Amino acid sequence: MTSRSDALSDYVLGLADDALVSAQRMGWWISRAPELEEDLALANIGLDQLGQARTLLSYAGAVEGAGRTEDDLAYLRDDRDFRNVWLVERPQTDFGVTIARLLVFASYQSELYAALATSSDATLAGVAGKAVKEVAYHLDHARLWTLRLGDGTDVSHERMQAALDAEWPYVEELFTPVEGALVDPASLRAPVLARVSSVVAEATLQVPDVSPTVGGGRRGLHTEHLGHLLAEMQHLHRSHPGVTW
Amino acid sequence: MSTDGSAWKIAADLPDPELPVVTIADLGILRDVTEDDQGRVHVQITPTYSGCPAMETISADLVEALTTAGYQHVDVEFVLAPAWTTDWMTEEAKAKLASYGVAPPGPVALALSVRCPQCGSLDTREWSRFGSTACKSLWVCGSCREPFDHFKAH
Repeated sequence: MTSRSDALSDYVLGLADDALVSAQRMGWWISRAPELEEDLALANIGLDQLGQARTLLSYAGAVEGAGRTEDDLAYLRDDRDFRNVWLVERPQTDFGVTIARLLVFASYQSELYAALATSSDATLAGVAGKAVKEVAYHLDHARLWTLRLGDGTDVSHERMQAALDAEWPYVEELFTPVEGALVDPASLRAPVLARVSSVVAEATLQVPDVSPTVGGGRRGLHTEHLGHLLAEMQHLHRSHPGVTW
Repeated sequence: MSTDGSAWKIAADLPDPELPVVTIADLGILRDVTEDDQGRVHVQITPTYSGCPAMETISADLVEALTTAGYQHVDVEFVLAPAWTTDWMTEEAKAKLASYGVAPPGPVALALSVRCPQCGSLDTREWSRFGSTACKSLWVCGSCREPFDHFKAH
């Protein structure tokens, strides 16, 4: 049985790590996007997520009470201490996969932040009140691309469907119960799936019928990909402790 | 809001690092400045976006401007709630932005046409939701054909 503050700190870490790891994956697109405007868009989306992650990490550190800062938590934890879901940690070097994942993740964050904005925790309510406006843009961006690709050419339709199929097993983990949760993840399931499904249908695509993976990110169990992501993200800070420029 | 001291005036005059034509008070980012009887200054600012990279610069600029003015202890706090909105931007700030070539935000939740800051035409369209900074989108004018930044209503 964990104490109340441990459970809260762990819950906030989950929210923070989802945003942080997603931001890092978005950053991969910088200089690689299909067009300049898309480069800016994905970078901006990642930047919003990074901003949310920073505030959430600082708060998780404060609740934990061991004096760890946002940088300590971002750069000095190993993969087993990260609490993000598998959805966000796998590589997204296919544009369709990036859009399919953003459609799911932004739908989830929209519902999550809208609910957190009215929670009794003043800090989380503050972060969420700000973030819910930002995520609306992310969701709209993912929606427009899903429509364009799904209802586009035969090839774009096929690739967008393949991307949805690839991401779908990882959707369910977002809704697994977490101790200390201020918004019950299971309560987000119906509204998130309703949002995603309506876009998928409008885009002439099919909601995949696949079994969910076991997940385990909230308990610190991850795919092999997170370690590689962290190696790149943490390398500079760990090699040169306290470096500034 | 305690606006009687000169500390407020110094903080309020600080230009935004990304849009130097407007001050942080014009933009509505500066929320409060308090000065205690020991001469310690506490400044509260609110980010336009969670990930706004200008916040660090604004914070450093505030400390520098106030310490240069003689204040020994200056601390800057980021306040997230209530969330910043473009409704906090002054009318003067909107006019300054327009003259700088950035189309100012309209009232939140109203989909009005955006006027081209170059030629004044209303024949404009959104090119990308995401522009040169987190707070702006990219638009293009159908009349003069020039692209321009639009400060998103938020």
